[in-house]
Amino acid sequence: MDVMVELRAVTKRFGSFHAVSEVDLQIKAGEFITLLGPSGCGKTTLLRMISGFETPTSGAVLLDGKDVTHEPPYRRDVNQVFQSYALFPHMTVQENISFGLRMKKVPKQELAERVRAAVAMVSLGGMEERKPSQLSGGQRQRVALARAIVCRPKVLLLDEPLSALDAKLRHAMQVELKQLQKKLGITFVFVTHDQEEALTMSDRIAVINKGRIEQLGDASQIYHRPKTTFVASFIGQANILRATVLSRSGERARVRLDGDIELLVNAEHLAGGAESALISIRPEKIALRKERHGDLENCFEAHVEDELFKGATDQLRLRTDSGLALTAVVANESSVQAALHAGDRVFCHLHPDDIVIVHEE
Amino acid sequence: MRLRTMSGIKLSNLLLCGWSGLVLIYLYLPILLLVVYSFNDSRMSVVWEGFTFKWYGQLFDELVAHLGDERRSPLIESLSNSVIIAAITTAFSVVLGTAGAFLLYRYRFPALRSITALIFIPMIIPEIIMGISLLIFFKTVELELGFTTVIISHVTFCFPFVLIAVQARLAGLDPSLEEAALDLGATPLKAFFLIMVPYLLPAIISGALMSFTLSMDELIVTYFTRGPKSETLPIKVFGMAKVGLNPMLNTISTVFIVATAMLVVFAESLKGTARRLPDES
Ligand SMILES: Nc1ncnc2c1ncn2[C@@H]1O[C@H](COP(=O)(O)OP(=O)(O)OP(=O)(O)O)[C@@H](O)[C@H]1O
Ligand SMILES: [Mg+2]
Repeated sequence: MDVMVELRAVTKRFGSFHAVSEVDLQIKAGEFITLLGPSGCGKTTLLRMISGFETPTSGAVLLDGKDVTHEPPYRRDVNQVFQSYALFPHMTVQENISFGLRMKKVPKQELAERVRAAVAMVSLGGMEERKPSQLSGGQRQRVALARAIVCRPKVLLLDEPLSALDAKLRHAMQVELKQLQKKLGITFVFVTHDQEEALTMSDRIAVINKGRIEQLGDASQIYHRPKTTFVASFIGQANILRATVLSRSGERARVRLDGDIELLVNAEHLAGGAESALISIRPEKIALRKERHGDLENCFEAHVEDELFKGATDQLRLRTDSGLALTAVVANESSVQAALHAGDRVFCHLHPDDIVIVHEE
Repeated sequence: MRLRTMSGIKLSNLLLCGWSGLVLIYLYLPILLLVVYSFNDSRMSVVWEGFTFKWYGQLFDELVAHLGDERRSPLIESLSNSVIIAAITTAFSVVLGTAGAFLLYRYRFPALRSITALIFIPMIIPEIIMGISLLIFFKTVELELGFTTVIISHVTFCFPFVLIAVQARLAGLDPSLEEAALDLGATPLKAFFLIMVPYLLPAIISGALMSFTLSMDELIVTYFTRGPKSETLPIKVFGMAKVGLNPMLNTISTVFIVATAMLVVFAESLKGTARRLPDES
């Protein structure tokens, strides 16, 4: 598959502060990639080096095979949807959307045609003559989107485009954006700090922490096979526990937690020769039963310390006899007998593949 | 109970209205008198002798005669000098003020902060000091006093008003706006003229009107920096008033007041628009 955007050891320093450090990233043509990370981790800076508003301190940015590291933004075939939308206040919707085409001196006929198509694509028909101040937040967002896609860029950069919308509209726009991206086949680089948004929309996710890519992979890899404690706890919830490595055979390793609990775990990320390691367990992967079930492998006893009602699920705090604390999430049982309560003794069952070795950040 | 509070409110309203009325009278009574006397049918202006338009007629005749090259009218000539000086001053002030505000916005070095403070000093420094120092300066560089020196002097205290107005508008600017233009393929120059100038226009116009009126009004600095051929209207009026109160003085002052008031009101209304952010949610 073609590589559309390539970052080669890109570093950006502001003074002595490293906003982005040694980032290598290849983005495929037509891909929907998300840069996910906490506030201040360098997502916007990374995006701005692709759009050309920041020049890397070192490293190179390649666009469709061409080195554009030192090209100004107006000579790059990428467009951006700004977080604030940045619509031109003195221009109508129509004028806003056609701005890019006018700058590129697209012939009148074609310009009108393409603007009409873009307006239709984002369902803004009938609003062409309005000023941005006469639009709702969601409509402004669509204008910003139309203004960018009408230029048919090779890459569309979106910096938290949905963060100003309310939850309901945001979910609707997530679906719409994803469909639009599939239809247009444009490469999308999407920035967000919302892990749920990243998981639902992206082909691949780059999890960024302190200016570095911690992990790159599809939603399932990121969620089920986090490589670091940061990824495990930033995306979803995770129980991170310290363990001693006892033995290793191929895909599996045997580890011991405090209090003599022995577990068989997925050894994919285990460094060779490591004697101790951190393991990550997703709370919803802990199967709780009132009786011991199946073989004795990966099963240990605990009691429920307290429970937290969360609507569809119950969040339970568990403590093993040796004092280890764990969080588990179970489907909310309506029948009184099945429900677990504080003080109940339970057996925790875990599949080896649901226990992942993670590295400290 | 309720009645009492209502009457309480009414009483305070009444007092407030009365007070505001007094302040307004204090502010505008002298001006009102001047306007009234411009319609007074008397050579000795402080005694009311009946209503007349004749001074306005005379002023109009002088204007026609002057423009038609029949008879040189010093009064009209000074008026036209004032307008020319104010227009050129405004043009320079707009360019300097807008460019200055933009540069201060774009490059934020700590040193620039003190420079900003320096720019505003001509606005507050006593005019007489400005006048004397400019005169000394022009003498030192051996610049002949005349239109040029008056305009240079006016620009020094007019362009800060443009700069302040533009700066206030820039403070509310979304920095992505210009980037969006660049992102869509506009060169920095195009982005400036297609996006920034329209955005700043209300502030630029308001600043321009301010500097035009300020320049038209200016007396003291002009007094020091004028040459024999660059007599402005305020200087002329000042000279005429020294000789005696001439009804023509009231007339031309009234015209002047009306024009200035209209410009100021217009400038203020634009400032209101300028301060409001265009479409921030
Ligand atoms: N022009 C600049 N000068 C100095 N520091 C900067 C500049 N731009 C960004 N930074 C710093 O670089 C770091 C990364 O900033 P960036 O805007 O990329 O974060 P982000 O991941 O987009 O965060 P957010 O989710 O809050 O938007 C921040 O600590 C920020 O303070
Ligand atoms: Mg950001």
